[in-house]
Amino acid sequence: MFCDECKKRPATVHVTKIVNGQKSEVNLCEECARAHHKEWSMAYDNNFPINKFLAGLLGFDTGKTAGSVNLNLHGPGKCEHCGASYSQISQTGRLGCHQCYGRFQDKVEPLLRRVQGSNRHTGKVPKRSGGSIRLQREIQNLRVRLQQHVSNEEFEQAARLRDQIRELEKGMAE
Amino acid sequence: MRDRFVNQALTKWMEGTGKESEIVISSRVRLARNLCDIPFPNVATAEQAKAVVSQVERAIKDAAVEQTSGDLIFVNLEELAPLDRLVLVDKHLISPQHAEEAAGKGLILRADEAVSVLINEEDHLRIQCLFPGLQLEEAWELASRIDDILESKLDFAFDEKLGYLTACPTNVGTGLRASVMMHLPALVLTNQASRVLASLSQIGMTVRGLYGEGTDATGNLFQISNQVTLGRSEEEIISNLVVVATQLIDHERMARQVLLKETKPQLEDRVCRAYGTLTSARIINSQEAMTLLSNVRLGIDLGIIRGVSPQVLNEMLVLTRPAFLQKLAGRELSPFERDVQRAALIRERFNLDG
Ligand SMILES: [Zn+2]
Ligand SMILES: [Zn+2]
Repeated sequence: MFCDECKKRPATVHVTKIVNGQKSEVNLCEECARAHHKEWSMAYDNNFPINKFLAGLLGFDTGKTAGSVNLNLHGPGKCEHCGASYSQISQTGRLGCHQCYGRFQDKVEPLLRRVQGSNRHTGKVPKRSGGSIRLQREIQNLRVRLQQHVSNEEFEQAARLRDQIRELEKGMAE
Repeated sequence: MRDRFVNQALTKWMEGTGKESEIVISSRVRLARNLCDIPFPNVATAEQAKAVVSQVERAIKDAAVEQTSGDLIFVNLEELAPLDRLVLVDKHLISPQHAEEAAGKGLILRADEAVSVLINEEDHLRIQCLFPGLQLEEAWELASRIDDILESKLDFAFDEKLGYLTACPTNVGTGLRASVMMHLPALVLTNQASRVLASLSQIGMTVRGLYGEGTDATGNLFQISNQVTLGRSEEEIISNLVVVATQLIDHERMARQVLLKETKPQLEDRVCRAYGTLTSARIINSQEAMTLLSNVRLGIDLGIIRGVSPQVLNEMLVLTRPAFLQKLAGRELSPFERDVQRAALIRERFNLDG
């Protein structure tokens, strides 16, 4: 979700306002939120120690999601699968289908890196359709452990893992 | 069966139980999932939307037979009256967007309301688990289990590199949005709330505050959630949020102790006046009710008010909402009538305990 104000940066502050009993939501980036702070008495003070305290604790790169995001890219053509055009996507901030990710890859990837700070999924993999990916992940994990055993000169365990990896790789080839 | 979700006010997250429940009202985990080969809801035709609903309905029925997840119930939102849909919004079971345009939309609910799956909201599926208190790990485990049940019957859009593909790029990857609803009156009273909460956005957290017309945050309630969904595992996202929530709990507790130590008479006056107003008022709007209920809740937590159950705030947050008041009255009410009804309902509820 992008900032209602500048429409460039990701919205990180969401404020529900009630005026005359009517609820409305404003979604702002930190920068625009700061500019609004008097309006809803939010005093932004970056020097507050909890900042660094939490950042240090979590080991986050605090600058990750900063920087502007330009959604007004003039992407060529349309997605063949759903018919969404890039101007449509940049207007709504929504992709049309799962194939749009591939179709507009060169636009989406840099955006993801800016909004998400990453472009590689490291989480859950679906059991059924993600079969080969699960296998790959498992092999990857085993390789890391194998490397550890090798550097610890625990060759017996290393040999066992090597056999396991070979078994799994055979399964992948099939 | 379906009626019970709209007629019965109390739901699991209002129980006021769970870890740290004096400060954390509820924990929620949401997973965004989409079916392969059907455009996302914002682009899908009416026909395609219908196909999603029927595929999911069938999947739930098949899964129920196999995995005894029989307590999952399918609801076609089109068949619910608009007011009943708003009641589901008040109970935090569906989003306002989902209630507004019911055409082509569905919902799966577990009997205890801890699970709701929204069909054709922004994504084809939004799996939500809502627990009382700080129970993010529990909520994630349950959501993941529901995800597995659905995935055993449905082909989800998944990319090796990008993970679960979603309509909005801000959800891609894990599709996981975890959040905690926190009651932070002492941080607000000591003017720390805005600074503390603003700083959270710098560490990848999003803060949602409910602000009223004045300067006070209504009900002193804040929702903290993860901003990033890609490049971190689900467990990392959940544990980061738990750490942040725990920090906020500590800060709130410290602020409460400072208030109690430095400004006890003022604090007691504030709490007791709020209690007095709630138990005597004849007309009360929802914003005033929220503010006063927050003060009373603080008073209960600090032992200034005794004999009132702490869950009264959680319950009243839902019961005094316009949709619920109208549901209870069995007819549409003008704003003034609602304010009268609300005051009566609150008096009645407090008399139960007091
Ligand atoms: Zn902005
Ligand atoms: Zn597409």
